Amino acid sequence: MSEPVISIRGLRKSYGEVEAVRGIDLEVRRGEVFAFLGPNGAGKTTTVEILEGYRKRSGGEVAVLGEDPERAGREWRARIGIVLQSCRLDPYLTVRESIALYAGYYSTPRPVEETIAHVGLESKADARVGSLSGGQRRRVDVGMALVGDPDLLFLDEPTTGFDPSARRQAWETIAGLRELGKTILLTTHYMDEAQRLADRVAVIAKGEIVASGTPESLGDRESRPARIAYREGGREVSLETTTPVRTLNELTAEALAEGRELEGLEVTRPSLEDVYLELTEQR
Amino acid sequence: MSLVWHQFRYDQKVFWRNPASVFFTVAFPVILLLIFATVFGDQTVDVRGGIETTTYYVPAIITLAVISATMQSLAMSLVIAREDGRLKRGRGTPMPSWVFIAGRIGNSIVVALLMLALIAAIGRLLYGVDIPWGRLPAIVLTLVVGAAAFCCLGIALTAAIPSQDAAAPIVNALLLPLYFLSGVFIPDDQLPSGVIHFADAFPIRHFFEAFFDAYVPGNGAAVSWDNLAVVAIWGAVGLLLAARFFRWTPRGG
Repeated sequence: MSEPVISIRGLRKSYGEVEAVRGIDLEVRRGEVFAFLGPNGAGKTTTVEILEGYRKRSGGEVAVLGEDPERAGREWRARIGIVLQSCRLDPYLTVRESIALYAGYYSTPRPVEETIAHVGLESKADARVGSLSGGQRRRVDVGMALVGDPDLLFLDEPTTGFDPSARRQAWETIAGLRELGKTILLTTHYMDEAQRLADRVAVIAKGEIVASGTPESLGDRESRPARIAYREGGREVSLETTTPVRTLNELTAEALAEGRELEGLEVTRPSLEDVYLELTEQR
Repeated sequence: MSLVWHQFRYDQKVFWRNPASVFFTVAFPVILLLIFATVFGDQTVDVRGGIETTTYYVPAIITLAVISATMQSLAMSLVIAREDGRLKRGRGTPMPSWVFIAGRIGNSIVVALLMLALIAAIGRLLYGVDIPWGRLPAIVLTLVVGAAAFCCLGIALTAAIPSQDAAAPIVNALLLPLYFLSGVFIPDDQLPSGVIHFADAFPIRHFFEAFFDAYVPGNGAAVSWDNLAVVAIWGAVGLLLAARFFRWTPRGG
């Protein structure tokens, strides 16, 4: 296996008395889309900004593309792309100009037109950024991060505050980045976003990682009891079982023998959202 | 160097497309000159043995335009870019920080030189105020030293401005009274000497005197080295303060 793109051991960050990050261990591998999932104030942005070189850590070991972000130089910066959580782009430049401006900062940028196409803004290339919707501006922002042809992209809450259709478009853009072979670290507080985009997810709450894994396996979701619900004589019946096949068979066999229907029969496994809420709230 | 040019080109685009910067930096000095010339145009000012008011106001308004294109415009636009997160975002690229600042300073100095040409031309065409071509080297030298110094002061000032909303009030509260007290708005001969002494403590008065000496032929040298030295020292102090206190990241949020 290739060396990790990001490797974190025992990362800590305090602001005065407050410990924002309390011992995080993490590895992100090449070509992976990794999501940092957690509620507001969990320490996501603090961690990401330490990885980007904006903040100094209080303790622990951090290597990003083999270097310590606190000491890394311009060559290292040329290999990362950053989309900040909040940044108002210059409203007076067009989409093409905004991306060309950033292209000029790199010695081997991607072609500007190709980058515009990649973020799906061909029809808006000559529009001023100030005239775009929030979702379109965010895609310009992604284009500016992408135009330097980075190995690693940081996307800090790329879709916060978007309406559903803008989110879906942003997701398509991010999914397209994966095809370019970029390693992506994204933060989000949307469960479905992590589920949709990420290969692996780490759930962070109060500065600690409380669970990590693939979106499917997160928090042992597969081994958790399934819930069977139905109505019987106008009464809601709900039971949890770790052997749903057997339980269901018994239930239906009995109902069949008695010639009655199990109204509103439903078998569900805990959703990622249930697991997430449980993980982040119990702390 | 090509990076600075790249940055400068985009700074120029942004400057000329921003209606607020074009109005306050370019149109406002022109409007002031027209108003002052219209209201006081037929009077004389008792300096250099008596000169026409318009001859006084052309270098005065160029002084204001230079400070506006440098200190005022830089302080405002840098605070806006800082609070919008654009400075922070730029820091995340391989572009060296000084390139960003150099592009902005270049933009300010070019606009200041343009304002020199514009106000001088209006003064000549509308009011017959001679353009002293023979003194052009002294004029440009004085202007560039002043522009550079006020750029440094503008960058330093951003450290004292906490938010976008506070930028215009803070900058204007500093500059407007000094324009009045330094003889830029009200001719020297109308100001009590105490006021002039007070204004002498600040760079605007010295820059105005230096520029006036360069622009209006008199007995003295075209380059007012002592005034220019005071302006340069202010600029150097601004540079040190800027190097120490300038922030790239937003103050709010």
